[in-house]
Parts: sequence; C-alpha cells; structure tokens
Amino acid sequence: MDFSYPHIHHLVTHPVEFKCLIDAIPLGILVLDPDRRVVSLNRTFQALSGFSLSDARGIHCRNILRSTACIYECPILKMTHDDRPVFCESDMINLDRQHFPIRMTTAPIIDINGKTAGFIETIEDIRTSQTFDTNKGMAYSFANIIGRSHQMEKIFQTLPVLAQSDTSVLITGETGTGKDLVAEAIHQTSGRASGPFIKINCGALPETLLESEIFGHQKGAFTGAVENKPGRFRLAHNGTIFLTEIGDLPISLQVKLLTFLDDKIIYPLGSTKGFKANVRMVTATHRDLELMVSEGRFRKDLLFRLNVARIHLPPLRERDGDIRLLLDYFFNTYKKQLAKRINGFSREVLTRLLNYDYEGNIRELKNIVEYAVNIATGPMIEVQHLPAYLVEEPPTPGRAHADQNNNTVFPDDDEYIGLNGTMSGKGEWALAEKKMILKALIQARGKKTKAAQILGWGRSTLWRKIKHHKLE
Amino acid sequence: MIPLYKNEVAPRFDLATEVMVAIVSTGNKLEEQKIIVLPRSSPEDLCHQMLSENINTLICGAIEDEYYQFLKWKKLSVFYNVSGKWEHAFKKLLNNSLKNGDLLSKRIVEGKNV
Repeated sequence: MDFSYPHIHHLVTHPVEFKCLIDAIPLGILVLDPDRRVVSLNRTFQALSGFSLSDARGIHCRNILRSTACIYECPILKMTHDDRPVFCESDMINLDRQHFPIRMTTAPIIDINGKTAGFIETIEDIRTSQTFDTNKGMAYSFANIIGRSHQMEKIFQTLPVLAQSDTSVLITGETGTGKDLVAEAIHQTSGRASGPFIKINCGALPETLLESEIFGHQKGAFTGAVENKPGRFRLAHNGTIFLTEIGDLPISLQVKLLTFLDDKIIYPLGSTKGFKANVRMVTATHRDLELMVSEGRFRKDLLFRLNVARIHLPPLRERDGDIRLLLDYFFNTYKKQLAKRINGFSREVLTRLLNYDYEGNIRELKNIVEYAVNIATGPMIEVQHLPAYLVEEPPTPGRAHADQNNNTVFPDDDEYIGLNGTMSGKGEWALAEKKMILKALIQARGKKTKAAQILGWGRSTLWRKIKHHKLE
Repeated sequence: MIPLYKNEVAPRFDLATEVMVAIVSTGNKLEEQKIIVLPRSSPEDLCHQMLSENINTLICGAIEDEYYQFLKWKKLSVFYNVSGKWEHAFKKLLNNSLKNGDLLSKRIVEGKNV
C-alpha cells in the first residue's frame, strides 16, 4: 500500500515529518480515526505488535492491538465527554504469538473546532515490572526458568552478570531446553529492559525474505517493495535482538551480519544510507556450530564474534532432580488452570516419567503433563492418562539415582551400574548403554543381528541406538 | 473451527465465546455448519473441544504460542493472525488460498477506502 507520511507545519520553522516525531517516542503509539480504524502507528508499536503501518492502516484497532481490553471494555467506548485520557492495564498477543501485559493510555484527538477527530493510544510493555512480581517467592528459579540442578544453579549465577554487560551471548542446547526463555531473561534483567526485544527465527523464512526481514529494504529495491521497511535490527534499536536458529542462517547473510557486528551500521536492501543501530545481540542454536565451521557451513569469524559469552543449556535428562521439580511445577500450573481435583501422579506413572529420556526436553515434559492433567478424571494420574507413545515403550532404567531424593521407588539398577564400576547415577546411562552395545558387538564379531540377540533387543532397536550413540 | 467475534474471526483465540464448526468432505464440499455459544471464554476448553470433536483445522486471530504449539503437536492445521469476516476466511480456506496473517477486512480511514 502506498502511503506517504504527513508533515507538520508551523511547529518549528521547517516542516517536520510526523513519522520522525512519533518514532522518537519510546512508547507504542496508535493513531485511530473516529471509527477506531488505524491511521498511523510508530516504530515502537511495530516492534511490539509486529504489524507495520502498511499492514495495519484502515483495519479496526481490535484486530491490530488484540488486547483483552479491546474485546471486553474498549477504553474509547468508556471515554466520557470531558476529553480526559483513560488509563488501563491489559495484555496483548503479537504476531509472534507472544502474550504479554501492557499499560494503555487512550486520549481523544480534538480538532480546532473542538470536535473529536480521532484517538491516540499509547501502549507500554510492562513485562519487566510484572514478570518478577509474579515469580516472587518461587524457589529454584530465575526469571521464568526453573531448576535446582547444579548445572542450572551455575547458569542462574552467570545470567545476571551477563545481563548487565553488553556482550553478545550465544545460547546453545537441544530443542526444548529453554533457549528462548534465557534470551528473554537476559533482556529483561539488562539495562535495555525498557527497550524492545526483537526475535527473529533464522530458520523460518527463505533467504530472500529473511534479508529484508532482518535488515529492511528501501522502497523499489525489488518487485513488491512498495514502501520502506525498517527491518528488525532497526526496530530493536536501543534494545536486544535475538536471532534464534542462527545455525540456519544462510552464508550470504552471515557475511552481512558480520559486517554489522564490525561497524554496527545497518544497510537496508537497496539503500546506500546506513543506520547506526545500538543493539545487543543474543543468538541461539541447537546445532553444533564448531562442526558446521569445520564443514564450511558456518563462518568461523562470525562464530568468534557471536561466541563472546556462551551459555549451554543441558538436556533435561542430564539435570539432577529437575525432572521431578518440573513435573510438580507443570502439574500444579495445569491443575490450577483446568480447575481439576487431582492429587498427583501414581507411583508407576512417576517411575515412567522420571526414567523417560525426554528428547524434546522441557517442552515435551510440559506437553505430557498438560495432556495427562487434561485426560485424568480420578484423583491420581494413572498410566492410561499418559500419551500413548509413553505407555507403549517400556521405561529405560537408566537414571535411577537421579531423583532418589524424592522418595520414589525405582527399578533395581545394580545390573547396569555393574557394567561400569565407577558409575554413580543418572546421565551415565548413555555411557553404560554405549559400552553394552560395544561389548555385544565385540562378542558378536561385528554382526548386528547376533549383537541384538545378545542384548535381547530387536535389530531395529540396536540400529537406532548405534545411530544415537554415533557408533558407526 | 473458527472462533468468532460477532460476524468476524475473533481477534483473540483465548477470548472467544462463540465458535463456528464446519464439516467439509473431500473435494471441499460443505456438509454441515453450526455456531456454538460457549459458556465462557477458555482456551483450554476450546483445545479440549477441538480434540474431542476431531477438528483438524483452526482459523483464528491472535493465538498464544503455548496453545499454537499444543495444537500443532496434536497435528491440527492452524491458520493464525487471520482477521476479517469469518465467511470470507472460510471461503478462502475452501479455495486453498488462506494464509497465516491474512487481514481480510476492508481498509477504511475516515469513511474512505484506503
């Protein structure tokens, strides 16, 4: 949509572009017509909501702001005729599906004849002030991250220190370990908390779109570029930019990102005029970047620049005692949310859940608990309330020691410990299993069918585990 | 399923108190269509209803990531960030032309189309 921003005359000697004026204000601003349709919005609102002016212009504000107040008690409809602004606290969901609290101020725009010509709304993101209030008193946590294992304690000690500095942070860890939460916690506890937090998933868009999304473009830069687009880096000015799945960033864009990290200037696509962006960079990936560097799929110099500070989030199966803590946390959350009268997990369920591998980590655990709480009808969550894939597969008796502080009875694991005299508990099952496979393969002189028989497994199970342990 | 707000796709999935449920046979032929008024707005109840009624497609406005991930995990097709008249969105779904983020309402500023 072609739209030129209006100019303001007689404010200062020379006409001023309205856009420059509202973009300079660090609050989200929406200008509405008398029918509550969007006339204009500023850069901060675009960063908060994800909607650009060309997306939003002419659309009813409830479809753009998408706050609870829009549905139940529109502040404009509540307005009396005394022209005083209306304040309210509400929430909104942006285009990235993030749900967060906001503070809204709505005021009428009165024309020179004293009539209402429209409305102006300012939107303030109040995540910083609220997040920590709601979590007050929650032990074993930092921001929204929960854990009491020594690995997580170490991370909790490092995070506040890193947050206060302005260095680039690289977060690594398997899928579902909470990389996004850590990135957000770094932003919310840093000096940039009042600035925008902009997230880009480098793996979610094709290369051409990604470049325009990250760096922006100039009107006419390519077919379809009908207006200037600021790009996420520009939107993140004075805040934090979070590039998730950085391992999926195409090589050509890696070069462009490297240039930005060197001189901190953004050149939108098709523009020679740069913009000096004051942005803190946080990146995350589940890929092994060092391996990608050795394979020539990731630039070494970019890795060095991103890897100033690294936070590695351990997989859930390696976090001592955290499975039980998280099970209880999510159980209580969903029990309350769904208003269910359930007392807890049965012993058999608990044994299965504590000994499960959680390849999807916390995300998988959370989904399992949510499913079980939804399905359960009695006072306890029983095996039949668990997702089918958990019930069909027998629990691996590996992490028997992991949660022994929780007074749970576990299967006898002496046999497994016996394989490795030094073994003291969880996290080492993988090692024991690897040794078992190797021992059986040696015994079977490399014949997989025979090795599978020795182990009492099917051929496909052995093949899967060989692949898992990279024994080929 | 389409959560509704008057005759539009509800701006928020979690706040909808009315839903349109349609049964479409192979070849995109509309078999049955009904509008259900819910006793309260609850995203959990909506998710539960979709699973229990074997719904496989959801058209909605804003949806929180938690519910989106849950529904995707349950193998539902979710068209989100859609706004405008629900009939328009439904027609686009049947034509296989509906996309995430489709803003289907008329763009009007001070009574003029823009």
